[in-house]
Amino acid sequence: MVIDLDRCTGCGACMVACAVENNVPPARPEATPRTGITWLRVYQIENRQPVPESRSAFIPMLCQQCGQDTPCASVCPQQAVEADPRTGIVDQMPQRCLGCRYCMAACPYHARYFNWWDPVWPKGMEKTLNPDVATRMRGVVEKCNFCHGRLHRAQAQAAAEGRRDIRPEEYVPACVESCPAGAMVFGDLAEERSEPAKMIRKGGTVRLLESLGTGPKIYYKTNREWLREIAARGAPGNGPGVHAGKEQANG
Amino acid sequence: MGRECTRGRSKPMDSHLILRGLERCTFRKFLGWILPWIALLAFGVYAAGRCLVLGLNQTNMDNRFAFGLWIFLDLTIIALGAGAFFTGFLLYILKRSEMKAVINSAVVIGFVCYSGAVCALFVDVGQPLRSWFTFWHPNVHSMLTEVTFCITCYLIVLLIEYVPIFLKNRKLRQVPSFLVFEHELHKLTYVFAGAGTFLSFFHQGSLGGLFGVLRGRPFAFRPELGIWPSTFFLFILSAAAVGPSFVLLTTWLVSKISRKVLVRQEILSQLGRISGILLAAYVFLKCVDTLIWMNGTSRAAGFDVHEFYTYQPFGVWILFFEIVVLGLVPAAILLDSKKRASMPWLLSAAALACAGVALNRFVMTIQTLALPTLPFDRFLSYWPSWQESATFLGVAAYGVLVYSISFRYLNLFPQERELAADAAARREVRR
Repeated sequence: MVIDLDRCTGCGACMVACAVENNVPPARPEATPRTGITWLRVYQIENRQPVPESRSAFIPMLCQQCGQDTPCASVCPQQAVEADPRTGIVDQMPQRCLGCRYCMAACPYHARYFNWWDPVWPKGMEKTLNPDVATRMRGVVEKCNFCHGRLHRAQAQAAAEGRRDIRPEEYVPACVESCPAGAMVFGDLAEERSEPAKMIRKGGTVRLLESLGTGPKIYYKTNREWLREIAARGAPGNGPGVHAGKEQANG
Repeated sequence: MGRECTRGRSKPMDSHLILRGLERCTFRKFLGWILPWIALLAFGVYAAGRCLVLGLNQTNMDNRFAFGLWIFLDLTIIALGAGAFFTGFLLYILKRSEMKAVINSAVVIGFVCYSGAVCALFVDVGQPLRSWFTFWHPNVHSMLTEVTFCITCYLIVLLIEYVPIFLKNRKLRQVPSFLVFEHELHKLTYVFAGAGTFLSFFHQGSLGGLFGVLRGRPFAFRPELGIWPSTFFLFILSAAAVGPSFVLLTTWLVSKISRKVLVRQEILSQLGRISGILLAAYVFLKCVDTLIWMNGTSRAAGFDVHEFYTYQPFGVWILFFEIVVLGLVPAAILLDSKKRASMPWLLSAAALACAGVALNRFVMTIQTLALPTLPFDRFLSYWPSWQESATFLGVAAYGVLVYSISFRYLNLFPQERELAADAAARREVRR
C-alpha cells in the first residue's frame, strides 16, 4: 500500500470505514485513546516551527504488514499470528490468541490492539455487523489484516468463476475505498504493473522505521521535505525541531 | 514465622507435627503471625478474581503498555528464586556439601517464587483457559514458548524436590510407605537437580531473550550470539548471581524473626562469595554488552542511545545505578573476605545485588515499553492499578505463608537442631 501524505486531509473516513467493515465495537465510556481499538489510527504531526513556517500533516497508521522477520509473528508462542508468504499479509487468529500481549510489545508501530472489554453493540446496531468478519472476544489481540473478509469474498468469487487469481479491482480494503482524497493506493507490490509498485519506482516514498529491518509494506509518499525527514527518522529526538504526534483515536 | 517460645513453657499444641529437637513458638503465636498474611492473600485473591471475571480492564495496562507490574515482578521473583536451582547445582553437581545447610530452604523459596509467578501469569493473560494452546500449537521460534515449557517442567521438578522435604514431617514419617517413597525419591535427587539446572538455565535465559529478540524495540534489542540474544546469557548469569544472595537474605531474615541460629556464619559467607564471583562476571559482561549495544546495535537500528536517556525519570543515572551502585559495589563487597565476615556488610551487599537484578528487570520491561519508537511518538507513563498491586501482594502473602508453614513443620535448615543443641550445651556449661 502507498499512502500519499500530501493528499491526506486527516478526515478520519478511513478509520470509520475500517471499524465498520471489521466489526470493531464502539468504545466503552471508560476507554481511553490507549485502550480503545482502532486498527487504523491517524496521527497529526507538526514541524513545531513558528508562523509562517508552521506546518502540520496527517499520518494514517495501520499494521505495516512487516515482511522480514515479522516481529509479531516470530514472538507469538502459539502461532496465532501468520505472515502469509503468498499474499504478504500478516494475519491474526484471535480464536487461537492467548492474550499474552507479547506481540504488542514486539510491534514498533503500536498497530496491535487488545480487547480490554467484551465487545458490546448498542441495541439494533448489531444488525449492521459484517457477516464476513467474526467478532472478537475479550482478552485477545487484533489488528489490521487488509480486510481479509473482502479478500476471502474475492477469492470465493474467483473460484466460483473458475479463476485462480483475483483481479485487482475485486479486492480493495475498506480504508482505501473510503478515502475521499484518494490518498491510499492498494495493490500487489510484487506485481510490477500494479499502481503502488509504479509509485514506489517513481521515488519520493519512505517507510517508517525502515532501519529496524522489519520490511514494512506500507509506503508513505510526500514531496514535503520536513515530513519525509520525520518519517525517515528512527526516533523522536528531543533537540530543536521536535515533532510531536497527536493521535486521532476513538474506539 | 513465629517466634521462639519461652523456655520452660508448655509445648505447642501442634508439637506432634514439629520435628524433634526443633523449638517452635506456641500455635497461638504462630496463628497471630499467619493471620495477617492470610488476610492479605484473601485480598489478593479478590483482586485477581476481579481481573479474571471482569477482565484486564481492571488493570492500568493498555495497548502501549502491554506489560506492567506483573511481568516486571514475575521476572524479578523468578530471578530471585534461582537460588533453588543454583544451590542444587552447587550441592549435587559440583559436590559443595556445605550447601546442604540451605538446600531445603532454597527449594521452598524456589517453589514459592515459581508457583507465585505462574499464578500471576495466569491472571495476566487475557484468556487463561487457553494456556494449554502453547503446548498444542507451539511456535518453536518464540522465546515465550521456551519460557512456558521450561517453567512448567521446572515447577514440576521443584514440586518433586519439595515432596521429600514435606514427607520428612514428623507425622508423615510415621507412614512406612511415605518413608520408602521419600527414600527412593531421594536417590533420584541428582537427576532432578541436573534436570532443574538444565531447565532453569533455559528459562532464565529465555526470559532475557524475550526482550533481547524484540527487533522493534531498539532499547531492548541485542545482537545474537549463536541463536540467542546476549540478554539470554546475561539473565542466566544475573539470576545465578543473585539466587545465593536471596537465599542468604531470607536465611538471615528467618533467623531474625524466629530468633534462632539456623546456619553457621561461614555458610552465609560462602553464599556471599559465590554471589560475588558471579556478580563480578555479570557486571563485566553487562558492560561489554552495553558498549556493543551503544556503539553498534542501536546505531544500526537508527537510534542514538543518548536519546533513550533523555526521557525523565529514566536518565543515564538508571544505567549507572544498575551497573555500578547495584552491580559493581555489591560484587566488590562480596569478594572482600574481611567485609564478608561482617554481617552488616554481607547483608547490605546481598540486598544491593537483589535490588540490582530487580532494577535490571524493571528496565527491560517498563523502560522498554515507555520509550517511543515512532518518530512522532511520545514517552509514556504507567502506574499500576490497585488490582494489579493487590494481586501481587497476594502472591507475596502466599509465599510467606507457604514458607512459614514449611519452616514450622519441616526441616528447612538441617543445621538448626545441631546448633540448638550446641547452644543448649553452652548454656548448661555456663550455669
